[in-house]
Amino acid sequence: MENYYQKEIETASYEQIRQMQSERLVKTVNHVYENNEYYRNLMKKKGVTPDDIKSVDDLHKLPFLTKDDLREAYPYGLMSKPLSECVRIQSTSGTTGKRVVAFYTQHDIDLWEDCCARAIVAAGGTKEDVCQVCYGYGLFTGGPGLNGGSHKVGCLTLPMSSGNTDRQLQFMTDLEATIICCTPSYAAYLAESIYEQGLRDKIKLKAGIFGAEAWTEQMRKDIEAKLGIKAYDIYGLTEICGPGVAFECSAQSGMHVNEDHFIAEIINPETGEVLPEGEKGELVFTCITKEAFPVIRYRTKDICVLSREKCSCGRTHVKMAKPMGRSDDMLIVKGVNVFPSQIEEVLLKQGLTSNYQIIVDRENHSDTIEVRVEMTPELFSDKVNDLSKKEKEINAALKSMLGIYANVRIVEPKSIVRSEGKAVRVIDKRNLYN
Amino acid sequence: MTIKQLSIFVENKAGTVSSIAKSIADAGVSIRALSVADTQEFGILRLIVSDVDKAKDVLSENDCVVSVTKVIGVQIPDVPGGLSEVLALMSENGINIEYLYAFITISGQHAYVVLRVEDNEKAAEVLSKAGIKLVSQEDIDAL
Ligand SMILES: [Zn+2]
Repeated sequence: MENYYQKEIETASYEQIRQMQSERLVKTVNHVYENNEYYRNLMKKKGVTPDDIKSVDDLHKLPFLTKDDLREAYPYGLMSKPLSECVRIQSTSGTTGKRVVAFYTQHDIDLWEDCCARAIVAAGGTKEDVCQVCYGYGLFTGGPGLNGGSHKVGCLTLPMSSGNTDRQLQFMTDLEATIICCTPSYAAYLAESIYEQGLRDKIKLKAGIFGAEAWTEQMRKDIEAKLGIKAYDIYGLTEICGPGVAFECSAQSGMHVNEDHFIAEIINPETGEVLPEGEKGELVFTCITKEAFPVIRYRTKDICVLSREKCSCGRTHVKMAKPMGRSDDMLIVKGVNVFPSQIEEVLLKQGLTSNYQIIVDRENHSDTIEVRVEMTPELFSDKVNDLSKKEKEINAALKSMLGIYANVRIVEPKSIVRSEGKAVRVIDKRNLYN
Repeated sequence: MTIKQLSIFVENKAGTVSSIAKSIADAGVSIRALSVADTQEFGILRLIVSDVDKAKDVLSENDCVVSVTKVIGVQIPDVPGGLSEVLALMSENGINIEYLYAFITISGQHAYVVLRVEDNEKAAEVLSKAGIKLVSQEDIDAL
């Protein structure tokens, strides 16, 4: 028996969904055009007025928004409600210069939490469940989103936040948590700790909702086997609302996009042209119910496929596959967005060259990032202390730029592999998209 | 009075030092003194050689980061505790020794060490005053 949080909406017919989307899109475009100068200017530049948008079929006429727009408009430029109507901000983590701050009215928080509640119910959650949320709380959307969703479902919510594994395990066993929400890599880490400490018989978990970073089917199988649970994927990004933009159901074969709130499109990342269902391209989202920060045609840079094939769970909303890669060079390390250009900026500021290489790996289910940079005559000293000190300085500068620790390793000149004269910038050994 | 030392950046991996030694030898330059200081990840190879300029050119051609550092060569008094006398002189005069290492080549009965300090002039003066013989670049070249 499949349970739904909002059955009527989640199982609405395609025609009903289209109808709802068209009405809401028209309303949102008018709202944004009237209240947001930045997007109004983009529309004017493209020669589009709200009158041109009569239904979802006209969506392609609207201009895109990118992360660059969000950065340019930082902090208030993309707001469509006065600050006095807003009750919350959330933000992407630690990435100075590329930070995104999203604003929410109470209405926006409500719909976001509804989306998360749908995900929890789809994972089998009811008010009888004990839901342990070990995503980070704070500016990061993971903790607050699932926390709110868990409240809506009526679960007993354990707002654990991330880290402190011993305490996580103690609450998990003592309070008999049945659902766990965290990053897949932390889930794998917890699974291992549980196995090592012989706690497998003491835990009551039945489901996990894992997101905020890419993970493979192999990881899913491992976590499910080690914890004896069903592991569900969840997708979201701060720009749209946070986790819950799309979520996995009992079929565990793609994530239903909450189409009554967000319209998903797949475009050719080169040309911007909309691609037909089933074709691989860049995922684009339009918020159609949000008030404070409704981004329109936001380019996620995630490469993905959409499918309207009938789902065994009874939900009718379009399904997105796990993202298969990125159309830009962004890396997600420990749930944090990392751009090679940010690392380059730090290295150049520290007097190093742009001959560097980023090596991302996963050890003991935790992401590691190493930055290799070639020694230069200017940086060199005959004293070990000088070099160690310099290394520490670079480490600290990277930490403050990225928000996570990256190990710097100074290497011999010309030792970084070059391809056609250019250093190979990123080596991601995690194979996340296989 | 100072002598020239080559300082070379090396990664902490097998074969680096020997390949550097080989390219210097292939250029017909002899190594008179050598030390490696390292951390877990990188090291600094320090060399006193028979022909600094030639060795530096060869290493630069091989994409090494190499610099020339002025250091002091000291002939250790040929008595028990000769080295500690030198060290005591340094500390009494507030001269901080960054590092020191021994020569490979021993001329006659004497032992030599390389001293790296911040203030070469002061160190040389203190040592000379105490009657300790310093090694000149000419001495090295003549070895
Ligand atoms: Zn489904």
